[in-house]
Amino acid sequence: MSQATATSHGDTPMIEMTGLNKWYGDFHVLRDIDLTVKRGERIVVCGPSGSGKSTLIRCINHLETHQQGEIVVNGVPMTQDVKRIEQIRRNVGMVFQHFNLFPHLSVLENCCLSQTWVQKKPRADAEKTAMEYLERVQIADQAYKYPGQLSGGQQQRVAIARALCMRPEVMLFDEPTSALDPEMIKEVLDVMVELAREGMTMLCVTHEMGFAKTVADRVIFMDQGQIIEEAPPETFFNNPRSERTKLFLSQILGH
Amino acid sequence: MAGESMRDVMIEARRPPNAHRGVVKWLQRNLFNGPINSVVSVITIGVLLWALWPFVQWALIQADWLGDSRQACSGEGACWVFISARFESIIYGFYPEAARWRVDIVFALMAGLLAWLAIPRIPGKRWAAIIAVIGFPIAAYVLLLGGHFGLMHVSTRNWGGLMLTLTVATIGIVGSLPIGIILALGRRSNMPLVRAVSVVFIEFWRGVPLITVLFMASVMLPLFVPTEVEFDKLLRALVGIMLFWSAYMAEVIRGGLQAIPSGQDEAGKALGLGYWHRMGLIVLPQALKLVIPGIVNTFIALFKDTSLVLIIGLFDLLAIIRAGLTDSDWLGFATEGYVFAALVFWVFCFSMSRYSQYIEKRLQTGHTN
Repeated sequence: MSQATATSHGDTPMIEMTGLNKWYGDFHVLRDIDLTVKRGERIVVCGPSGSGKSTLIRCINHLETHQQGEIVVNGVPMTQDVKRIEQIRRNVGMVFQHFNLFPHLSVLENCCLSQTWVQKKPRADAEKTAMEYLERVQIADQAYKYPGQLSGGQQQRVAIARALCMRPEVMLFDEPTSALDPEMIKEVLDVMVELAREGMTMLCVTHEMGFAKTVADRVIFMDQGQIIEEAPPETFFNNPRSERTKLFLSQILGH
Repeated sequence: MAGESMRDVMIEARRPPNAHRGVVKWLQRNLFNGPINSVVSVITIGVLLWALWPFVQWALIQADWLGDSRQACSGEGACWVFISARFESIIYGFYPEAARWRVDIVFALMAGLLAWLAIPRIPGKRWAAIIAVIGFPIAAYVLLLGGHFGLMHVSTRNWGGLMLTLTVATIGIVGSLPIGIILALGRRSNMPLVRAVSVVFIEFWRGVPLITVLFMASVMLPLFVPTEVEFDKLLRALVGIMLFWSAYMAEVIRGGLQAIPSGQDEAGKALGLGYWHRMGLIVLPQALKLVIPGIVNTFIALFKDTSLVLIIGLFDLLAIIRAGLTDSDWLGFATEGYVFAALVFWVFCFSMSRYSQYIEKRLQTGHTN
């Protein structure tokens, strides 16, 4: 199923969630989630809006706090301890729907910020790494511009490079193409496909079913805060078992 | 043909049509481009002339500028001799004449540092900041107060005039900004105790008139502390002013913090940055830039309100001019005195305002999201 690269970490899963529950006030957003992501696995999470898919991946780097259950990231159990949370976050890269680049810093500075302050790298090393990744997302020529001077697609590629600069072991994508104009979606997806080919562990919340078909090892369908169906893409798209999944697929693939 | 078209030669970008240049063209386009606009322009100019001309005549044309005593005043217009005769005391207050060179040095240091910090072309901003934050206060303290290195001690009771106004304003401005930042962050903290303390502090100081604060500091405080402990009156006023304005500053900055999308903080978290890094490197730089107008507005209000220290017996610029009005040689020159005081305050406040607008433009980084 997956070509998990067995490294020195052995077979410890990248992410392990057991019995995860979360409420916003009285609203039960995540219900009894059990999910294991192996090293090198690419997972696409889809589902109708409000189904809890963003909330789910935001729990992994503790942008959201869960009330019940356990999350273990790269062998490190999540607790409320700030140091522990920051340790986990250093291994987890995240790309947001609205890019969230720092508008007061240049593209290069965006990529160097956490290298300098979290990893304490010397300026020159940080810039070298930043330029390497900007090169890989093909935007190195814009390094000295400010985010506000770039198109949405360019900004999202910078955001991916910024996350990669921390050399994370897993990348979370929270609807990375939903805020983009149609003609820019491809440039971002190309970068993501490339990243998947290199064996990065990825968890993507997206509506891009083409992307799911191409790179996903598993597709997860969520509705009302629960995982409804989990299957490799061929099975998921051709022989969905659940009625909800069929309805969802007919709605997004129907035209 | 209808509904179908095709272009095979693309249109080259052209320059915009030339704008009309020259004073006459400008006047025509902006003030006299039509009968109604022309009438409005003429009336406005007329009203302005009618309202301002007597003042111009009094203050400039018929005014007396030269001389050193009351005899130089003709009585037709303003007599600025009143100001020039008392110029030294307006600047230095009751600071002993023999030691006024020390005040001059502090003024010069301050002007130099301000220029170094404020003019972008001059390099070494980091050093300028270090000197301004550490070196300058020590130098100013030693020079102004004396008592060390063979310098004569000058009690703060003798401080006055512009020198006192600038001291109070500078310390108030430099002190209230960082305290305000801490309070604003505290008010948004997740820790209930920190938040509660910040809210109570801000609401207390914001709810009390500055005059009350100054009275409390100068009259009430000595009643509560043992008589052996003697706080300097100026110091007490300074602490009061600083805390009072830091509460206002906190609310201005909180407004800026709230305007920064939560995604910025989340992106910082996702990169593994800790709280102080996220605040110091991501959120505050953007928030402070956003509220520069509000911050400078507070600075200006603070600068002008330093004149309230006169009610606790400190002789700032305004108080020293008022004191001059009671001089039996110079009775009846109140207008000149107040106009001059207003002019000095205005020059400082207007400079701050212009500089803040310049900084806002400079910090513009293209279209923000």
